[in-house]
Amino acid sequence: MPHRMHLMVCAGTGCVANRSPEVRDALVTEIAKRGLENEIQVVTTGCNGFCGAGPLMVVQPDGIFYQQLSPKDVPHLVEEHFLKGRPVQKLMYVPPETRTPLPKMMDIPFFSRQRLIALRNRGLIDPERIEEYIARDGYAALAKALSQMTPQQILEEVKISGLRGRGGAGFPTGAKWEHVLKAEGEPKYVICNGDEGDPGAFMDRSIVESDPHSVIEGMLIGARAIGARWGVVYIRNEYPLAVQRLMIALEQAREYGLLGDNILDTGFDFDISVSRGAGAFVCGEATALVSAVEGRPGEPRARPPRLAQHGLWGKPTCLNNVETWADVPPIINNGGAWYAQIGTEKSKGTKVFSLVGKINNTGLVEVPMGITLREIIYDIGGGVPGGKKFKAVQTGGPSGGCIPNELIDLPIDFESLAEAGSMMGSGGMVIMDEDTCMVDVARYFLAFTQDESCGKCAPCREGTQLMLDILTRITDGHGTMEDLDALEEVAKVVAETSLCGLGTSAPNPVLTTMRYFRDEYLAHIGAHKCPAHVCRQLNTYRIDPAICVERGHGCGVCRRECPEKAIFGEKNQAHRVDATLCNKCGTCVDVCHFNAVIVE
Amino acid sequence: MPKLKLEDLAEVREKARKATSLREGAARVKMTVHMGTCGIAAGARKIVEAALREVEQGDLRDVMVTTSGCAGLCSREPMATVEVVGEAPVKYVDLTEAKVKAIFKEHILGGKIVEQYALAIGSERAY
Repeated sequence: MPHRMHLMVCAGTGCVANRSPEVRDALVTEIAKRGLENEIQVVTTGCNGFCGAGPLMVVQPDGIFYQQLSPKDVPHLVEEHFLKGRPVQKLMYVPPETRTPLPKMMDIPFFSRQRLIALRNRGLIDPERIEEYIARDGYAALAKALSQMTPQQILEEVKISGLRGRGGAGFPTGAKWEHVLKAEGEPKYVICNGDEGDPGAFMDRSIVESDPHSVIEGMLIGARAIGARWGVVYIRNEYPLAVQRLMIALEQAREYGLLGDNILDTGFDFDISVSRGAGAFVCGEATALVSAVEGRPGEPRARPPRLAQHGLWGKPTCLNNVETWADVPPIINNGGAWYAQIGTEKSKGTKVFSLVGKINNTGLVEVPMGITLREIIYDIGGGVPGGKKFKAVQTGGPSGGCIPNELIDLPIDFESLAEAGSMMGSGGMVIMDEDTCMVDVARYFLAFTQDESCGKCAPCREGTQLMLDILTRITDGHGTMEDLDALEEVAKVVAETSLCGLGTSAPNPVLTTMRYFRDEYLAHIGAHKCPAHVCRQLNTYRIDPAICVERGHGCGVCRRECPEKAIFGEKNQAHRVDATLCNKCGTCVDVCHFNAVIVE
Repeated sequence: MPKLKLEDLAEVREKARKATSLREGAARVKMTVHMGTCGIAAGARKIVEAALREVEQGDLRDVMVTTSGCAGLCSREPMATVEVVGEAPVKYVDLTEAKVKAIFKEHILGGKIVEQYALAIGSERAY
């Protein structure tokens, strides 16, 4: 008997961390208890993208969307919805502005405003079953490429599509493939860069977790176009679920004869090995990655020669990022012109962004290029939580720049982001609200890039340390105006003279925050104040006597919790902070129930 | 699993699609079996099973069988609503497995409402 209902339970890393496997097990048990196991199928899928609301489940064919499920919701859910057909409202998504539950996935703006190409199968297939990928036209593009197209024609379609590298630099994919095709030397290699290192970015992990075959098929097509026999997926070992699903997918593809010798009986041979990265940020840089795959220290080298001429084992190599490879099969299936009609003049197609930070709908979104920041942050992301004001968005990972509120209508494409001093990067988007100190943000990201600098070239090794020292000085309240000039100068030198992308882009957070939020730097240096009250060494704390007495009745929590014994007062009387004893730790603010402690 | 050839791929795809087409959410006909307490007591589960059997035997991939709550006419259960896209929904009452078979044959596949089993054409107005 066919099933009448499929329960698509999300098993991406986010939902698994929120215990979606327990929800799935509870569903299976409860469904069996009700004798519905022949009517209802439970499917575990990859990431749905709405990670902030997990564990998630979509009920098909009706498209009912449930969120924040727990095993204890399951018995009621099975009886009401799956047996009696009455969807359960209290488990549905409720938009903050209307307070009416939205039952259907497609009515939720987070989903309805997206356009999925790289993530086309997310939530719709079980990533561990190749048949489900095939059911959604999987490997049809490969069959077309092998049977109806010459390598040159494949290349032409990719060129027409206007696809550009999704990993950071945005190099035209078709042109890159052509360089490798024309390069001399055998054998040639294709590599998939799955070394996603940006804090807060997880699009590549999600693609490999939810649809590993889309990456494999993309690599197969690329290999056919450039004439490669072997491929490597470089993926970081901190992504255990992605590695596991990739391994399963490779094995299934081999069983079906979609990898190995004589693929689909067409005489084409190709296979993929997996190289696991130890989690160094610099290994996302192409030459460092190749070095790591070869078993040497993950350090970049000077270019030229490019990887297209001198790549893995010194042979012509085509390296693209996970998302880029996943975009290839739909381009071959639907034609390059189809892809090129989406997006802007110079940035075609869609791009996946991970939306994190001070945003209501944390998650993964795929949108057409050219969409504005405002649409992503407010229409899809649901705005800033807690009624706070939006201040800036950092795009492009730790070495991207911060874009201020004034530029919120900026269309997102490679060119406009670069013009604003930031970059597309791999697509991380960190939203910041009014409580964020931009000097502290710059210091935070510099601390990351300084830590991850491999140390091979002096500008990056010494320059990031120098910038970090200056920024730390400023946030501690010891900065001078000379520091500000020096910071700008060092930032420019590091950007111009570093060996690889890590160093050339590391100053971006510094330069953009100095460009758009110079007043905050000046407040730290001149007035020794942090306008967002984040840099605690610059804060002074005092207790409002009226609030303390009237609302708190001099409860004394702050006095007891203060580690420096710097707060004095009696029960039912106003307390006060002795500034000479205060070490500015801020504990009193955190413990006061009545908001009587005022930070200035 | 034998290695696939070019022509085998389509076959695997068709087979896999049968098992997953439900997720596309697009159907020509939707049959809703009413499964309130009254419906279940009157044997609605058997009606669902009979409908799913029809779908399987006829390989009807454009027919969706789903459940819903009590339709409000508890004395005439089991009930089901059949909705062909673009046509008014039809409510069938006092169903049996044999009647389900007939509804599939004449209404869902044949396009002709089985009037002797139907209660009414159309649904109540909501709001």
